[in-house]
Amino acid sequence: MTLTSIGPANRTPRTAETHPLTWRLRDDAEPVWLDEYQQKNGYAAARKAFAELSPADVVALVKDSGLKGRGGAGFSTGVKWGLMPADESIDIRYLLCNADEMEPNTWKDRLLMEQLPHQLIEGMLISARALKAYRGYIFLRGEYVDAARNLNRAIEEAKAAGLLGKNILGSGFDFELFVHTGAGRYICGEETALINSLEGRRANPRSKPPFPAAVGVWGKPTCVNNVETLSNVPAIVGNGVDWYKSLARPGSEDMGTKLMGFSGKVKNPGLWELPFGITARELFEDYAGGMRDGYRLKCWQPGGAGTGFLLPEHLDAQMYAGGIGKVGTRMGTGLALAVDDSINMVSLLRNMEEFFARESCGWCTPCRDGLPWSVKLLRALERGEGQPGDLETLGQLVNFLGPGKTFCAHAPGAVEPLGSALKYFRQEFEAGVRGAPDETRPGVAASQV
Amino acid sequence: MNSIIQTDRFALSETERSAIEHEKHHYEDPRAASIEALKIVQKERGWVPDGAIPAIGEILGIPASDVEGVATFYSQIFRVPVGRHVIRVCDSMTCYIGGHEGVLGAIRQKLAIAPGQTTSDGRFTLLPVCCLGNCDKAPALMIDDDTFGNLTPEGIDQLLEAYP
Repeated sequence: MTLTSIGPANRTPRTAETHPLTWRLRDDAEPVWLDEYQQKNGYAAARKAFAELSPADVVALVKDSGLKGRGGAGFSTGVKWGLMPADESIDIRYLLCNADEMEPNTWKDRLLMEQLPHQLIEGMLISARALKAYRGYIFLRGEYVDAARNLNRAIEEAKAAGLLGKNILGSGFDFELFVHTGAGRYICGEETALINSLEGRRANPRSKPPFPAAVGVWGKPTCVNNVETLSNVPAIVGNGVDWYKSLARPGSEDMGTKLMGFSGKVKNPGLWELPFGITARELFEDYAGGMRDGYRLKCWQPGGAGTGFLLPEHLDAQMYAGGIGKVGTRMGTGLALAVDDSINMVSLLRNMEEFFARESCGWCTPCRDGLPWSVKLLRALERGEGQPGDLETLGQLVNFLGPGKTFCAHAPGAVEPLGSALKYFRQEFEAGVRGAPDETRPGVAASQV
Repeated sequence: MNSIIQTDRFALSETERSAIEHEKHHYEDPRAASIEALKIVQKERGWVPDGAIPAIGEILGIPASDVEGVATFYSQIFRVPVGRHVIRVCDSMTCYIGGHEGVLGAIRQKLAIAPGQTTSDGRFTLLPVCCLGNCDKAPALMIDDDTFGNLTPEGIDQLLEAYP
């Protein structure tokens, strides 16, 4: 979890003004517990919200700030909050934190939960009061054992200090917070599947509408926000909307900072808090240090397995939803992956579609049947045993599994990288069709085990 | 493996029972504790025996078929016995690029098992797992609750030795 660049850009120290999410991190990477968190101005935003702002004021602040969901979809947090029913007589409402971080190439929420658990708790406390939620759950993937331990200890500290529980800060507001750990399955990160899983059911997505804001956990109004999203709330409340809007680079339509990363065979794989709107080139060259010696950048993915591949020439795109949208895919989680020239795209896509096929919940036919079919075709192409027409079939699957054909975004996410790989590296797929000249075949997957 | 389902001789321990009762109160509806209940049993026994399914259903007031539906859906609930140590190898594309298949190959060769299998001495079970969020240190794996990164095929022998 590198937080320093090896280029010149990150020589400036992290401060509360420029790095609202990460300035409190310790150099020794130990968790920031309650005393230290409060010494670093922690819970000041919660105190301010409770003393000076009505719940509606906080919702308006978050809406005006332009904060968008940091889980990958990038939906306006304020608009999502605004969908919660106005009817005051509905007094049981829930705030869920989506901490089911399983998107391949994503490790940002882990950092925030392991090292800054109180920042998330403060964000949830302020948000819960704004949303009138009396209870919250942090839905955490089971493998994040350190995050579970640190969050539970931080919750106990906050309870003992009167920051969670009954009559918080003397306001009359009550909020209980629980850590709920999962038992595997990538699909639990889909917000309606997460609700089913929290209820103790199989994690199949639900049909929308109704949206969780109307009918969520146990039929009650529910708001689901990502860890990083909620961790932004204290700084927005504490420092205000004008400050928040000044953080992003010119040209960015997204506001604030984002935990961004680069991995793969780069010199300095890591994670950094950066303003929206920096170019992917800056992220790649200055922060990640470019490729390791002996490797060349072949293509890259901007933010997780469900985003499309881009070429080196696309590195000048700005890192925000619209900036990456202009070059044809989505920003996703903002943690980019470098694919080097030693990697064959057919083998890489075979690995990815094996993952997506295994993790399909099986609810919708295109996803349940289409993804294993793509795996079968990719395995054949990888062995050099593809049939004429296989590339066309893969192309059809990209369409049949695309947006709008299934309950949730699993299948569209699975075919987005496949579609882009077929577009930019078609010759590598063609080389896997039986009878293709041997010399075009990319060292056919000798590594397959 | 014995295919005869023996449920009549099964009883949850007092520890399991009280832990499940405690979890029930964290939720509006007892059903929500079903996954946690399965994890409680698994923690005690290493896996979830057949008899635990109706026993959990009875505590939570839901049909055994619903408990089984949940138990078989989630990849980290084991319905067959597993080894003393569970190795979860991250198979994300980031670990693929970082050399995952070489590491997995070394484990397979060393233990003579494929993913989904348990060694004949009952020491290790090998499973794939979704991205472990250790991408700056790919390839990565977990053994029990410990996460390791920057793995090489050559380092596997020594790593496994720490888990007798």
